[in-house]
Amino acid sequence: MEASRQPLLTQAGWARFVLAVFAAAILVPALNLAVDPGSNAHIPDYMIPLLGKYLCFALLAMSLDLVWGYAGILSLGHGAFFALGGYAMGMHMMRAIGDRSVYGNPDLPDFMVFLNWQELPWYWYGFDQFGFAVVMAFLVPGALAFAFGWLAFRSRITGVYFSIISQAMVFALMLAFFRNDFGFGGNNGLTDFKDVLGFDLAAPGTRMALYLLSVAALAGGYLLCRFIVTSKLGRVMLALKDAEPRVRFLGYRPANAKVVAFTASAMLAGIAGALYVPQVGIINPSEFSPAVSIEIAIWVAIGGRGSLYGAIFGAVLVNMAKSYLTGVAAETWLFFLGALFVFVTLFLPKGLVGAATEIRKIGDWLDPTRRAREAGYHV
Amino acid sequence: MSEAATHLYLDGVTVSFDGFKALNDLSLTIERGELRSIIGPNGAGKTTMMDVVTGKTRPDVGTVRFDDRIDLTRLDEPAIAGLGIGRKFQKPTVFENLSVFENLELACKANRNALVCLLARLSREQRAKIEETLETIRLGERRGDLAGALSHGQKQWLEIGMLLIQDAELLLLDEPVAGMTDAETEQTADLIHRLKGEHTLVVVEHDMAFVRALGARVTVLHEGSVLAEGSIDHVQGDPRVVEVYLGR
Repeated sequence: MEASRQPLLTQAGWARFVLAVFAAAILVPALNLAVDPGSNAHIPDYMIPLLGKYLCFALLAMSLDLVWGYAGILSLGHGAFFALGGYAMGMHMMRAIGDRSVYGNPDLPDFMVFLNWQELPWYWYGFDQFGFAVVMAFLVPGALAFAFGWLAFRSRITGVYFSIISQAMVFALMLAFFRNDFGFGGNNGLTDFKDVLGFDLAAPGTRMALYLLSVAALAGGYLLCRFIVTSKLGRVMLALKDAEPRVRFLGYRPANAKVVAFTASAMLAGIAGALYVPQVGIINPSEFSPAVSIEIAIWVAIGGRGSLYGAIFGAVLVNMAKSYLTGVAAETWLFFLGALFVFVTLFLPKGLVGAATEIRKIGDWLDPTRRAREAGYHV
Repeated sequence: MSEAATHLYLDGVTVSFDGFKALNDLSLTIERGELRSIIGPNGAGKTTMMDVVTGKTRPDVGTVRFDDRIDLTRLDEPAIAGLGIGRKFQKPTVFENLSVFENLELACKANRNALVCLLARLSREQRAKIEETLETIRLGERRGDLAGALSHGQKQWLEIGMLLIQDAELLLLDEPVAGMTDAETEQTADLIHRLKGEHTLVVVEHDMAFVRALGARVTVLHEGSVLAEGSIDHVQGDPRVVEVYLGR
């Protein structure tokens, strides 16, 4: 046998992956476009950006699972990376409004005109270019995660202490973004977007395209995460969760492995944010709220840590429930979320996916890694 | 690399925690290829000594040299591990959520850089080395099982296997037979004898029968410094050692 690595997915894993992508990328558009609007199977137009939003949250949750489920790093500040990616895309769309804004100033977004600013701040330069904004949407979160992670992990800050300072980080960013003179629209954030790359954001075609991009980002992100967790680095991450000192005495530098994972995770979160903002039409500092970041961890806990797809399930399920409940009885939502979290923590420590794996013995069918082990690969 | 006769050299090492001297002016010399047993009552400083050598604890004063030229007090744990110093913990520490095979894979000699690990492939040579080690530690049948599912003694063996595959020159074994059955203990003594010469071994142990079976030079630590040194019969005949062990 030649030099080898663990496969990304088993054959069955690939089959399920293709099936899921097919359902999301072919079936959903077909049910929207080709099915008669009177039919029960029809997916109405307004559902498309909603589904796209769920997928962005799923990508965000999965990015958290990569560091939490695999390396034991519970970041309660992942909302920061998501929001930074969202702001990068929001800034581009603000610039794309041009002179169609309320004040009609072709060079300055409305909020700057309102604040009597005469010229564009330097950190807005380049955002008129779509490509630049896309690159910033993952470079800025990546750079922040690299710097923050490097400082924290080198100082051997782990566990609950890391969680707390990650909350402090997102809180500090929220305070900064709330300020008008910070230059990102303050309280109101960025909104009133018109189009992206010339496509009208309100048009069903654009919304479908954004939804399909979200599907592609989630699918690509999943494969990237699988690549990381099936690599030797992935096993170092799991080892860190078990016995960090032992990893050190084997000659690995835990801080470096964590920084790599944390940075990759933040970039994925940034991409999720960049896709989220054009679909919901607004980004404001509330995305930096510590509670939002905690909610992400709850999605992952409910779905199940350490499997990647568990985080996807968790994010989609919780957010569907949220959309439904806030529609029928908004004031019950937080109680419901809290109760669900307590229930899952007490009775399903491995989340819904873990419970399914254990109780219904469908684990072998679901868990690609275990399949690989049983197939005698790399065991 | 010139091979110094002295593999590990400690001189005047003192470590104190809140005024308590865990090591007190400890001096110790281990020759290359030597097998050395270290005994001593609880709190004698055995584990602290290993912490100092492996970079976990920095001494207040004193010299710690590897290979007669490398100052270990300036290096951190991964750097010291990279020099070829391997350590087995008192409590068996393996990666419970990884399979036996994967535990050995991580210990396998290879580039430890995080980005290199991301792209690393397991070579045929490494795979062969892992198979060989699985044979040595008698865990071939359990290769696919999670290490967490192993018995206490098997975990000890897996951890020893991880040191072997790491190709460490200097092995520090903290109570390698704790929790092992008599048969396992005997096998471990055999294994250590096989390693002697090729590797330098320092074994910290409480089990006197095992220390006797090793038949190595024995150093007795007491209150952070060396109390006696010599053959097992010599130290067991030393009245000061008897006093320390049996109480005053």
